[in-house]
Amino acid sequence: MLLSITKNIHEWLFSLMPENIASIVEMTIIAVIYLTGFAVAGLFLVLMERRIAAWFQLRRGPNRVGFHGILQTIADALKLVSKELTGTIKADKFLYNLAPYFVIITALLALSVFPFTQDFQAFDINIGILFLIAISSIGVIGILLAGWSSNNKFSLIGAMRSGVQTISYELSVSLSLLTIVLMTGTLQLSEIVEVQKNGWLIVQGHIPALIAFMIYMIAGTAETNRTPFDLVEAESELGAGFHTEYSGMKFAYFFLAEFINMFIIAAIATTVFFGAWLSPFGITESIPLLGIFWFLAKTFVIVFLMMWFRWSFPRLRIDQILTLEWKYLLPINLVNLVVMAVVVWLGLTIQF
Amino acid sequence: MSYFSDIYQGIKSLLTGMSITGKYFLNFRKGSITQQYPENRETLKMFERFRGEVIMPHDENNEHRCTGCQACEIACPNGTIEIIWDRQLDEETGKKKKMIDKHIYHLGMCTMCGLCIEACPTDAIKWGQNFENSVYDRKYLDRVLNKPGSKLMKGVEE
Repeated sequence: MLLSITKNIHEWLFSLMPENIASIVEMTIIAVIYLTGFAVAGLFLVLMERRIAAWFQLRRGPNRVGFHGILQTIADALKLVSKELTGTIKADKFLYNLAPYFVIITALLALSVFPFTQDFQAFDINIGILFLIAISSIGVIGILLAGWSSNNKFSLIGAMRSGVQTISYELSVSLSLLTIVLMTGTLQLSEIVEVQKNGWLIVQGHIPALIAFMIYMIAGTAETNRTPFDLVEAESELGAGFHTEYSGMKFAYFFLAEFINMFIIAAIATTVFFGAWLSPFGITESIPLLGIFWFLAKTFVIVFLMMWFRWSFPRLRIDQILTLEWKYLLPINLVNLVVMAVVVWLGLTIQF
Repeated sequence: MSYFSDIYQGIKSLLTGMSITGKYFLNFRKGSITQQYPENRETLKMFERFRGEVIMPHDENNEHRCTGCQACEIACPNGTIEIIWDRQLDEETGKKKKMIDKHIYHLGMCTMCGLCIEACPTDAIKWGQNFENSVYDRKYLDRVLNKPGSKLMKGVEE
C-alpha cells in the first residue's frame, strides 16, 4: 500500500514538471521526510535512554510531561531551541559554527541506505557497506573541529581522545563487517538482505559470525563514543568534552547526532547480522509493510543492548582502550576473517 | 597462554556484570525508592534522622522543657538562635527566676549543623521532619519556637 502511494506521487511529480526538476523535488521531499522522521526518532531514543537508565538504577525516570513522560524530550528540545547561542571570544568562529553540522549531517547521511522494508530504501547503491563505513568515520572530523575551534583545553583533550579512539576502532568495525561480506559476496545492502532469506547471517555463519557480531558490538559502542568508551565526554574529568563550549541548538545537534549514531550502529547490525526487515521464520512474509516493524524491533533490541552496556560497565582508560583494540580485537578479527573464509570455502555455512 | 584466559575471564566478568544490572532492570518496580512527591504528600513520612528544622516540642499542658540557659545560643556558629529572657517571679518558691520570653530561631541562617541540639542540656529542642520550608517572604523564616503562654515543664530543672 505504502509502495503504491510513493509510486503515485512519483508519477504525479514527473507528469507535472520536467524530468530534472521533478527528480530534484523528489529528492528534497525524501530528505525532508527522513530529516523530520529521524529528528523525532532521535528525541524518542533520548527518552528511551533516560527511562531505561532510570530502571537500571532503580529510579523511575521522566514520567511527568505527557503520558509516562512521552513528551519530555520534545519539551527539552523546544527549550534548547529557545536558548541563546553562546560562544567564546577566542573561538575560531567559522569552524566553531561548522562543527555541529558536520556531525549531524554525517549521522543523517548514513540513514539513507538502510533497507527499512522491501523496496523502501532511499538510496540503494552497490557499495552500501563501504558507504556506511566511510560516512560514519567522517563524523569524527566534526568532533575534532569542535574540540579544536572551541579554544578550550577540556574540549581539545576530549576531541583528541575521540580521534585516537575512532580511528582505531574503525578498523574493527570494518573488518567484522568484511567477515560477513565474505559470506554474502556483495556490499549492496538489498542484496545482503536477499542472501538472508536462507537464514539470518548470524545463523548461517554460526561461530565466526557470532565472534564477528561481538567484535562489531564492542567496536560499534566505541564508534559512537558511548560508555564504557565515553572518555571523549567523560563528565567526571572533562566537563562535557568536545561540546563543553556549545549551547542551545548547536549542543542539541551534537546530542541528537550521538543518539542517531547509536541507531545507525544498531541498524547496521540488524541489516548485516539479523536479516534487516525479514521476519523470523518468514511468519509475516506476505505483508511487506510489516518489514518496518521487524526492522525497528530488531534495531531497538540492539539499542537496548548498548544501553545495557552503558549502565553496567565502568569507563576505560585511554591506554586500556588502545590495548583492547590493537592487542585483542584486531588479531582476533584477522584470525576470524580467515576462519570465515575457510568456512565459506568448505561450504560449512548453515542454510535453511 | 594467559592471552586466551584473559579473554575468557574478560568476557565472563562482563557477562556477570550485565546479569547483575539485568536483574535490577527486571525488578525496577519492586526496588524503586523514588517518592512520587506531590501525589503522596499526605502519606509521605520523612525518615527519623532527617534535619528539616529545629522545633521545640510542647506537651498537652502547653509546657516546654527550655530553661533559658542559652547553651544553644552560644553553641550556634552563625547566630541562628536568639533567646529573649527576663527574671520573673516563680509562683511556687516566690523567688525571681530566669525564664524565656521568646526563643527565636532564624531558619534562613540555619545550616542544619545540629550543634544547638547537642548542646541542649534538657532536650528542649529537637529536629523536625518538615521539609517544605519555602515561604514567599524572608520574614516568615524567623520563627518563635515557644508557643505563646507556654511555661517550663515541672521537674526539668532538678
